[in-house]
Amino acid sequence: MTTNRRDFLKVAGTAGVAALVGGRTAGAAPVRRISDDWMGVLTDLSLCIGCRKCEWACRKVNGLAPEEGEPMQAYEDKSVFEQRRRMDAENFTVVDRPGPVDSKGNPIYVKKQCMHCNEPACASACLVAAFHKAPEAPVLYDESVCIGCRYCMIACPFYVPGYSYDDVFTPAVKKCTMCFDLITKEDKIPACAEICPEGVMTFGKRSELIELAREKIRAAPDKYVDHIYGEYEVGGTCWLYISSTPFEELGFQTDLDDVPRPALTKTFLSAVPMVLIGWPALLIGAYAFTNRGEESDREETKHIEEG
Amino acid sequence: MSDTSGEAVTWQALLADKLFMGQPFKRYLRGLVTPFNAVVLIIMCVGIPITVYRFLIGGLEPTTNLTDNSPWGLWIGFDVLCGVALAAGGFVLGSAVHLFGMRQYYPLVRPAILTGFLGYFFVVVGLCYDLGRPWRLPYPMIVSYGVTSVMFLVGWHVATYLTVQFLEFCPAIFEWLGWKKVRKWAVWLTIGATVFGVILSTLHQSALGALFLLAKGKVHPLWYSPYIPIFFFTSAVIGGITMVIFESMLSHRVFHSQVADHDPAETDRLVIGLGKAASVLLFTYFCLKWIGVAHGQTWKYLNTGYGYWFLLEMFGFVLLPCFLFVIGVRIQSAALVRFTAVVTVLGIILNRLNVSIITFQWNLPDRYFPHWMEFAVTIFVVTLGLITFRWIVNRMPVLYDHPDYPPEH
Repeated sequence: MTTNRRDFLKVAGTAGVAALVGGRTAGAAPVRRISDDWMGVLTDLSLCIGCRKCEWACRKVNGLAPEEGEPMQAYEDKSVFEQRRRMDAENFTVVDRPGPVDSKGNPIYVKKQCMHCNEPACASACLVAAFHKAPEAPVLYDESVCIGCRYCMIACPFYVPGYSYDDVFTPAVKKCTMCFDLITKEDKIPACAEICPEGVMTFGKRSELIELAREKIRAAPDKYVDHIYGEYEVGGTCWLYISSTPFEELGFQTDLDDVPRPALTKTFLSAVPMVLIGWPALLIGAYAFTNRGEESDREETKHIEEG
Repeated sequence: MSDTSGEAVTWQALLADKLFMGQPFKRYLRGLVTPFNAVVLIIMCVGIPITVYRFLIGGLEPTTNLTDNSPWGLWIGFDVLCGVALAAGGFVLGSAVHLFGMRQYYPLVRPAILTGFLGYFFVVVGLCYDLGRPWRLPYPMIVSYGVTSVMFLVGWHVATYLTVQFLEFCPAIFEWLGWKKVRKWAVWLTIGATVFGVILSTLHQSALGALFLLAKGKVHPLWYSPYIPIFFFTSAVIGGITMVIFESMLSHRVFHSQVADHDPAETDRLVIGLGKAASVLLFTYFCLKWIGVAHGQTWKYLNTGYGYWFLLEMFGFVLLPCFLFVIGVRIQSAALVRFTAVVTVLGIILNRLNVSIITFQWNLPDRYFPHWMEFAVTIFVVTLGLITFRWIVNRMPVLYDHPDYPPEH
């Protein structure tokens, strides 16, 4: 079901190329854009009550909270909702209250964190390959090679990465890891999903989450907007959202197309070898041409002098 | 004993000759007391402590107004983007003279290459202030390769091009030192270095624009275009040419003793020739930019605040200088061409700041404005570039031909 036309074309294209280049690559598995094995989280915004326990758990599990721990009561402070917040170096997830209310008059809350793109812009932007998409789906960052150019922050369409500007000697990019260690080594689920009292987040295989989201929307078409945010945006993300309020009213980037971000620079990068090979030929040609002109000039003068 | 003292004398004489411009040390020091140097001293007194504060005490937080929404500020927008675009004169003039046989521009090549080299060098210096961990600057070359990144291309090319421009400038250094044989080799390398320099410049000038391809939706649609690499390259060529005009104007005022044997009429002729080239390129650039608007179907944004800003850039700083250059060439007015060059340079600075800062994140409410220390560092770095340029021009044969080495053309 998740195989769309582009995937089909991709596979078909790969097969076509393989057929052209012959038997050696024919046996290789075709490169798939979307893996059925990727994990993900489906966030049902219609259930969120804005308790911010996920923020508390996130800071705790990521070692952002003080060692003695933070009181959960500190997160009951509703005044933070008066401002629009984004993720930063100290908060890998934030709950925002963009303004709209549901049919019962309760405000809608939006829990934000890294979207874990299928084809992450940050990874294609990084000049030291500090980002990579793990086979399990999380987009991970390796501080040990980062030079701190912050191009990933320019590139991210979801305004996710934060930077620890206040750190003099070891500033770094900070963002959600989908609790990589918990989900891969301890067989647990991300801390935010674990603590959520309302079951807003469902952790599972991305392909199954999309099925689940479809079922939810189908079962209550009057309640939900018919849009799974993250299914196609920028080529798809592993963190998905469904909502009872249109996404554009909730501050989501709804002007994003389906094109994976790395594709935006691929055309330019593929023109690089053309310049590398074409330019010297043209320039040396020009050089030879102008110098030839000079030589014939000299010969002409010689003729005139001799004549 | 006599041997060592003899050596010492020549060593001191050499030092006086090469470093203190043939003057005794005390007179050299006295010569340094000028109003310009007093300003330089004040800038140093501000810049050096801020540098220490930025790198060792406070870091980026107290010295900049950078935020998570505005990760790039003045140091990238001006020091790097404008710096590289305006340092393009080296490759433009180098290729015009060495590859396309426009020999009459030969007197302008060396100052242009020196400006290019120092421009890039101080771009890297400025970049170091901005990088979170500047000591990892060589990482993309030796530790970890992000080959899918346009930034990776920029990094490699700027590093390589710095080396190439150094090679291109080497003949001047060897003439200064009097190393005739080595100089011959260096001159021989010039053609190869020029070709390589053009390739590298084409790629990284356009790559600086291509960096913003990933920021779709963040750069205002009027400035965002899949053609942005071509826009950046074309405007960099214009920036290079106009900076050469601007700089020849300054050089003739500041270093007039060195250009004493230049015929002012000949210099004016060259300046007018460059103005002609700039007018054609500006017109091309103007058309390309509108093709970008048509291709992106962004007409609807023209009747907005950002639209008026865009029109100001396009008409006030691209089309207007284009016409002024045409008039300057028609009436053979080097003064008008020089004035127009300054307008054009300002236009290119405006364009780079528009893309990277002014219209960046146009759809977010929070705006970035540089911290005063960001301005101070930028002024400090530019001043370092200027005094390095002056130091070299005062010693090496840049503006004039060394008497022992007549030009080969």
